Amino acid sequence: MLRRNLPSVIAVVSLIAIWQAVCSSGLIPPYMLPSPIAVVKAFISEIPALWSHSLITLQEAFIGLFFGVGVGFLAAILMDHFTVLYKAFNPILIITQTIPSVAIAPLLVLWFGYEMTPKIVLIVITTFFPITVGLLGGFRSADKDAVNLLRSMGATRLQIFRYIKFPSALPQFFSGLKIASAYSVVGAVISEWLGGFGGLGVYMTRVKKAFAFDKMFAVIFLISIISLALMALVNFAEKKCMPYNYLDKKHKRKI
Amino acid sequence: MKKLEVKNINKSFDGKPVLQDVSIELNEGELVCLLGVSGSGKSTLFNIISGILQADSGTVLLDGEDVTNKSGHISYMLQKDMLLPYRTIEDNVALPLLLKGEKKKVARAAVSALFDRFGLDGTQKKYPSQLSGGMRQRAALLRTYIFSRSVALLDEPFSALDALTKASMHKWYLDLMQNIRLSTVFITHDVDEAILLSDRIYLLSGSPARITQEIVINETKPRRDDFPLTQEFLEYKRKILSLL
Repeated sequence: MLRRNLPSVIAVVSLIAIWQAVCSSGLIPPYMLPSPIAVVKAFISEIPALWSHSLITLQEAFIGLFFGVGVGFLAAILMDHFTVLYKAFNPILIITQTIPSVAIAPLLVLWFGYEMTPKIVLIVITTFFPITVGLLGGFRSADKDAVNLLRSMGATRLQIFRYIKFPSALPQFFSGLKIASAYSVVGAVISEWLGGFGGLGVYMTRVKKAFAFDKMFAVIFLISIISLALMALVNFAEKKCMPYNYLDKKHKRKI
Repeated sequence: MKKLEVKNINKSFDGKPVLQDVSIELNEGELVCLLGVSGSGKSTLFNIISGILQADSGTVLLDGEDVTNKSGHISYMLQKDMLLPYRTIEDNVALPLLLKGEKKKVARAAVSALFDRFGLDGTQKKYPSQLSGGMRQRAALLRTYIFSRSVALLDEPFSALDALTKASMHKWYLDLMQNIRLSTVFITHDVDEAILLSDRIYLLSGSPARITQEIVINETKPRRDDFPLTQEFLEYKRKILSLL
């Protein structure tokens, strides 16, 4: 494990070392670029505040992701089932993704206020897309011969969906979910940034206005860590749901 | 007694006739082969028999019952084993029962008794990728058998296997057929395989495809081990090759 990741570990450690060296040498004043040690100190001293703001952000991210996955699923199933809907909505779907979320967020604040609703709406808008696209591709990748075989056995459309189409789409679904889970945290932070009472985005605007760049860096790292943790969670769920894709190579072809 | 009767099937795609007046019969316990070059419409005929494709005219009778253009009565097995990679072997095999609305537990129990007979013992909880090609074909065959216990339609089931595995599968299949009183219609383009396994061979050729000849193989079952090396075998082969 360590051996495999050694190059990336060395790269990260040396980057931090260079950063610390530059700061210690006094080339860049500390109010512009805090040293890694200062960032860690800020992180530790701010743990209570970061914790309470994280909870708000995570809550928004989870609720938004939940509904985003739900909407994404529904859209994919409907568009797969009715070709007319696919033709009608696919272009619109793609256009919605070309609009930057920073542009929509203020509008959502205008329409839904400063509470949680606009944040969740924004996360749903940004997360349902990778889910829908992944699932649609997955449904279409289902083996035609397998579908025919089930039909010869008298399977209904629902059974073909359950036994062929849905399991065929699981790998693409999980790829989409990984992207969506990262989007959900970023979406929550952006919408908090643009208007809200709590959360890591709000915390960021406050420390920015106070020119507390060490705290700024601390919260940036925290957001990265949260996103990584979410992706690890999705990876874990993927392995649980698709054990057949992670069979030990040694046991393959033994019989 | 006739298990399966296919009478006067006609089928065309976009106005181009593919099958013309095709009739075949399958008696109980018999193994009948459809032999023809690739693209001669053999698989189309199977799709019609299993009800996935609609015939333009003609009838399909299973045990005397009219099942023309109705799916859900006769299933088939392809060269590709079509085992679902995300289901264990037992859940793959139990699929026909699950489709009929059986509970998972009941379906698993029902199929587990047959694993031994099909030489699949110990593979219940494995995934298809963990099995060899020959074992996967056995599992696919068991699934077909679970679906319809009397008639099996096999579309080049052994053609993707290596020569040695194929030979052992032939022997195994003939034994199995006798044990479980199965009747089989078999598609192949391998003349040797057809002579070795079949009671009767239908030659399918032309465009649109028609049954041009029916050849009866008068050789006792189980086959002698040296049957493929005998003069009779070569005679059958010569005759078929001259007709194709």
